[in-house]
Amino acid sequence: MSATQTGGRIEVAKTLKLYVNGAFPRSESGRTVLVLDAKKRAFAHASHASRKDLRDAVEAASAAQPKWAAATAYNRGQVLYRLAEMLEARRAEFASLMVSIEGRTKAEAAKEVDRAIDRCVCFAGWTDKIAAVLGGKQPVAGPYFVFTMPEAMGTVAVVMPDERPLLSLVSLLLPVVAAGNSAIVIAPVAGKPAANAPLAIAFAEAVATSDVPAGIINILTGARAELCPWIASHREIAGVAGARLPAADAKALELGAAENLKRVHLFHDAPAFDDDAFWHSPFAIQPFVDLKTVWHPSAMF
Amino acid sequence: MGFADSAVRDSPAVTLTGVTIAPFSYAPAPESVRPTLRSEYGLFIGGRFVEPKSGAAFKTINPATEEAIATVADAGEADVARAVDAARKAQPKWAKTKPAERAKILFRIARRIQERSRELAVLESMNGGKPIKESRDEDLPLVAQHFFHHAGWCDKLDYAFAGAKPQPVGVCGQIIPWNFPLLMAAWKLAPALACGNTCVLKPAETTPLTALMLGEILQECGLPDGVVNIVTGGPDAGRAITALAAKGKVDKVAFTGSTEVGKAIAKALAGSGVKLTLELGGKSPNIVFADAALDQAVEGVVSGIWFNQGHVCCAGSRLFVEESIHEDFIDRLRNRMRSLRVGDPLDKNTDVGAINSKAQLATIQRYLKAGSDEGAEKFEAACDLPKKGFWCRPCIFTGVQPSHTIAREEIFGPVLSVMTFRTPEEAVQRANNTTYGLSAGVWTEKAARALEMANRLNAGVVWLNTFNRFDASAPFGGYKESGFGREGGRQGLSAYVKLGGGR
Repeated sequence: MSATQTGGRIEVAKTLKLYVNGAFPRSESGRTVLVLDAKKRAFAHASHASRKDLRDAVEAASAAQPKWAAATAYNRGQVLYRLAEMLEARRAEFASLMVSIEGRTKAEAAKEVDRAIDRCVCFAGWTDKIAAVLGGKQPVAGPYFVFTMPEAMGTVAVVMPDERPLLSLVSLLLPVVAAGNSAIVIAPVAGKPAANAPLAIAFAEAVATSDVPAGIINILTGARAELCPWIASHREIAGVAGARLPAADAKALELGAAENLKRVHLFHDAPAFDDDAFWHSPFAIQPFVDLKTVWHPSAMF
Repeated sequence: MGFADSAVRDSPAVTLTGVTIAPFSYAPAPESVRPTLRSEYGLFIGGRFVEPKSGAAFKTINPATEEAIATVADAGEADVARAVDAARKAQPKWAKTKPAERAKILFRIARRIQERSRELAVLESMNGGKPIKESRDEDLPLVAQHFFHHAGWCDKLDYAFAGAKPQPVGVCGQIIPWNFPLLMAAWKLAPALACGNTCVLKPAETTPLTALMLGEILQECGLPDGVVNIVTGGPDAGRAITALAAKGKVDKVAFTGSTEVGKAIAKALAGSGVKLTLELGGKSPNIVFADAALDQAVEGVVSGIWFNQGHVCCAGSRLFVEESIHEDFIDRLRNRMRSLRVGDPLDKNTDVGAINSKAQLATIQRYLKAGSDEGAEKFEAACDLPKKGFWCRPCIFTGVQPSHTIAREEIFGPVLSVMTFRTPEEAVQRANNTTYGLSAGVWTEKAARALEMANRLNAGVVWLNTFNRFDASAPFGGYKESGFGREGGRQGLSAYVKLGGGR
C-alpha cells in the first residue's frame, strides 16, 4: 500500500471502490485486486467488479438515461463543461498517479492530463452541434419535408484499453455521454502496460462532484476479459464503445452482441488517441447515435 | 405468359361512405416491352460473363407463371473467391482514379439505366412478381437516382467527412434480397463505388436477372473490369463471401435480408475487424389517430402492407387504430380492399402481384394458419387468383393480441395485424414493444402530436401522414434488431469509408 511515511506521518490511503448510480459501493462480490506501482510495489487495492455489479450499473444507467437524453443539448453541454472544471481541479492528482503507477515522466503526465481535459471541453461544446453536423434536412425528389436526426441509443458500455488510461477514458466516454447516452465504463485493473484503476476512480470522484446526474456515468474497475461476455449478452445495453482492445476481448464483445445486434464500435480504423483531428471530430460520436429520418408531406391543401 | 383466363376482370361493387360505385370492367393493359435476355448467364467476373468453376446452374422462373425465364450460374466457393480476387486486383486503380472521373462513370450508369428503365422494370416484374406499376414508377426511378446521387459524392467525400481523411474500405461483399432486387443492388453498389471501393454482389437466388442486366450496363458504361463482380447462386454463395471476409479477403460486408441470417453473419465476422452493415427485418407499426384524414390514412395503410405484396422489410404490418374509430376505419379499409386488383404483374392495372416464391408462399400460409388458430379474425380481399403461379389474397386480421404470433413475427407477405389503442402513450408503448425498429407510420392532423410521436417511436424511418417513401438523399436503416448502418444520403457513405486516414 502507499502507506509511506513522510516526516513521521502515515499517509491516509484511499479505499478504491466502484462508482455506480452516483455512489461509491464496494463490489458486491467482496473481491479486490492488488494494484502495483511502476516499481512493482503495492500501491492500493482496487475493487474487482462482478457480473452482478455490471447488472446493477446497467439498471441505474438505463433508469437515468431517458431524462439525460431529454435534457436540452445546451444543458448537457454545461454539465460536461462543469466536469472539465472538476477535472482541471484534479490535474495534480491525475499527473501524480500517472507518474507513480504508469512510470511516466512528470512532463509527459502533465501533457496527457491537459490533453484529456481539453478533450472534455471539446465534447462539452459538441452537445448542441451533433444534430447540425450528423443530421439535417434532406433534399428529396418529391413534395416532402424530410429531416434526419441523431438520437441517443440508451446505455453504452465503454470498454477501456490498457493504454493511456485517462486519455482513452475521456476519448471514448465523452462522445457517448455528449450524445445523450448513459455509460458504464469498464476500467481494467490487471492489464499492461498501464491499467490504472486509481486513476479511473479519481476520475469518478471528479464526476461525482460535477453536475453529471447519478447513473449517467458509472465506472467499474475489474477484469475486462471476465466482464466482456456479460456486457455483450446483456439485453439492456444498446451499444459498446472500445478501442485498441486485445483480440480476444474484441471477439467476445462482437460475438455476444450478435445475439441482439447491439452496436459495437471498436474504432478499428482510428488513429492513436493523440490525434485531435479525429478524436475531437463528430465521427467519434457518430457510432453511438442512431439516425432517425422523418418524412412529412409538404403541400398547400 | 398465361393470363388469358383473367383477360377481363370485373371490379366488385364498392360502397364507400354510403355511395355505391357500380361494378365496371377493366380491359387488360399488358406491358408490351420485352427485355433482351440471354437464355443462359454465366457469372459476371472481371468485366465479362464467365462459366462457373462449379459447373452448376439453375433455372430462374417467373413466379406468376412458374415458367423458366433463363438459366443462371450457381457460384461455388471457388467462383466467389475468383470474384473477390478480381475485385481486389481492380481496387487500387479504381481508388486512385481521379474522383471526378469516377463520378463521370457513375453519372453515365445512371443515364443508361434511365434509357433502359422500361426493359429493366419489365424484367424485374417477370423475375420477382412485383406489379409493373411499382417496378416502373418506384423501383427504377430510385435505381437511377441512387447512381446519380452517389456519382456526385465521388469528389466531395473530403467535405462529407471534414477533417477525418476518408479512405476507401477496399473490397465490399454485398448480399441482397429478392424483394427489391435491382434497387438493393443500386443501394449497395452506388455508395461503395463512389467511395473508391470495388464490389462482389450476390443477388438473391430467386431474382438474379436484373442484376445481370445491370452487369451488361456497367460494361457498356466503361466501368473498369473487376470493379463490380456479380455472383449468382443460393445461400452458399453468400456464406462464401462471409467466410472470405472472416479470412481477411473481403474488407466490408453489407447484407440486406432476414434478422436470422444477419445475426449469423455478425457472429461469423466477430473479432475480424471487418466492417459490417445490416439492414434486416421489421414489424413496423402504422398508427392511426381518430383525428387523421381517414381516407388518406386508408391509402397509407394499403401502401404500407400491400406495396410489393408485403415483401417489404419496412412494411407497416401492425396497424394500431385509435379505439373510437376502429369500426369505421376497418369498414373503410375493407371497402378499399375490395377494389385491389391481384394478378398478372405485367398488367399495368395490377395492384398486387405474385408472391416471390413457392417457399415464401408456404411461409405466409403458415402465418395465416397461426393467425386463425390463435383466435384472430381474418378478412380477405375477394378476388380470383390465376391458376398457375404463387398467389396470396391481401388480408387483414382483427382481434389481434400483442402476444399473437402474427403480431410479433415478420411475415413478409400481404397480411396485416390490426390492434387498437386509447391514448397516445399507449400507442407509443405498444408500437415500440418489438425487437425490431425499422420504420413507423403515424396518421394525425395534429402537427405537435405527429412530431412528438416521431421523437418517441424507436424506428430508423418515421413516416408522418405518408408511408413507404424512399429517396437517394434520405438515409434508410434500422434501430434495434432491424440492423445497423444507413443507406442513402451523406449518412449512408459512412459504411464505405475508413476515417482517420485508415489504419
